[in-house]
Amino acid sequence: MRRLVVLLAIGLLLFAGLAGAQAIEPMPFKDHAQELRFQHLTAQLRCPMCQNETLADSNAPIARDLRHEVFRLMQEGRTDDQIKQYLVARYSDYVLYDPPVNPTTWVLWFGPLLILLAGAVVVVVTIRKRSRSGAPPPTIDHGDDW
Amino acid sequence: MSRLIPFFAFLALCGLFGFGIWWNSHHDQTAIPSPLINKPAPEFALPELYDPAKMVTKKDLLGKPYLLNVFASWCVECAVEHPLLEAEGPTLGVELVGYNYKDQPDDAKAWLARHGNPYQVLMADVSGQTAIDFGVYAAPETFLVDAKGVIRYKRIGPFTPEVIEKELKPAIAALAKESR
Repeated sequence: MRRLVVLLAIGLLLFAGLAGAQAIEPMPFKDHAQELRFQHLTAQLRCPMCQNETLADSNAPIARDLRHEVFRLMQEGRTDDQIKQYLVARYSDYVLYDPPVNPTTWVLWFGPLLILLAGAVVVVVTIRKRSRSGAPPPTIDHGDDW
Repeated sequence: MSRLIPFFAFLALCGLFGFGIWWNSHHDQTAIPSPLINKPAPEFALPELYDPAKMVTKKDLLGKPYLLNVFASWCVECAVEHPLLEAEGPTLGVELVGYNYKDQPDDAKAWLARHGNPYQVLMADVSGQTAIDFGVYAAPETFLVDAKGVIRYKRIGPFTPEVIEKELKPAIAALAKESR
C-alpha cells in the first residue's frame, strides 16, 4: 500500500514537471545564471493576450513570441530595465505586473488608502460625538458572565 | 444624522459596483491601449503577399492615409470582420493595407480567394517579428495611419458597423480636415 502511494506521488510529480515544461520550450541559455535571469524577468511580465498569466506561464502564441524576443534582447546584452522599456513602448504599462505610479494609476495605488482614511475619520467623529454627549458607553448584557 | 452614515456608505458602495458593471459592459477587458497612438508608425519592410520579391516599406505608404488591417487565415474573427471591410472599404476614402500576420502565404491566398480581397496593398509577416514593433498581440487589429506615417487610431478586435460609424469614420474625417 505504502509503495503504491510512493509510486503515485512520483508519477504525479513527473506529470507536474511535464505539464510545466510544456509552456516553456528549451532555449539555448549560456549558463544557469542566464536561465534564472530569464525566468525571473518573464515572471514579471504580463502576457498581453491572456492578462492573468505571466509571459513565463502562458501558452499563447504571442507569449511564445515575446519570450523569444526577451531572450533575443538578453543576448544583445540589454539590461532588465531596457527590456521592460522595450515591451512597454509597444504594449504599454499593461505588460508590467508591478504598475508604475503615474496619474493613470493613482486611483489604483492610493484609492484603498483614501477609503481607509475616510473610514477612520467616520470612526473618530462618531467616538468623539459619543464622549461629548456624556452618555455612558452602552453596556450590553450578554448574559454570559458565568 | 450619524445614523444615516451606514446607509450612505451602502449607497456609495452600490454606486461603485454599479459603475463597475457599467464599465465592464462598455469596455473590452482584453483591449490594451496602444502607446503608439499619435506616434510615428514603426519602420518596416515586408514582402508583398503575391510578389514576395517585392518589399513594401513604411516609406512606400507615406503620402496618403491608410488603414493597416492585421488579419490571418487562422483567425476566426477576421472572417467575421471581412465582409464589413469589403462593404465599407471603398467608401472610407483611405487605402486598405492588409497585414497578413503569422500565416502561411498559401493559406492566406486561399483565404482571400474564398472571402474576397478588399486590400490595395498586401504584405506578409510570416514570423510575426515586425508585428511586435506595432504592439500587435492578436488578430484582427487595425491601425489608422495618416499621410505622415503617424498612427492616429487603433482598433483591437473586429470592426462592427457601430464602431465604424462612431470611431473610424470620425477619425478619418479628422484626417481629411487636417489635410485641407
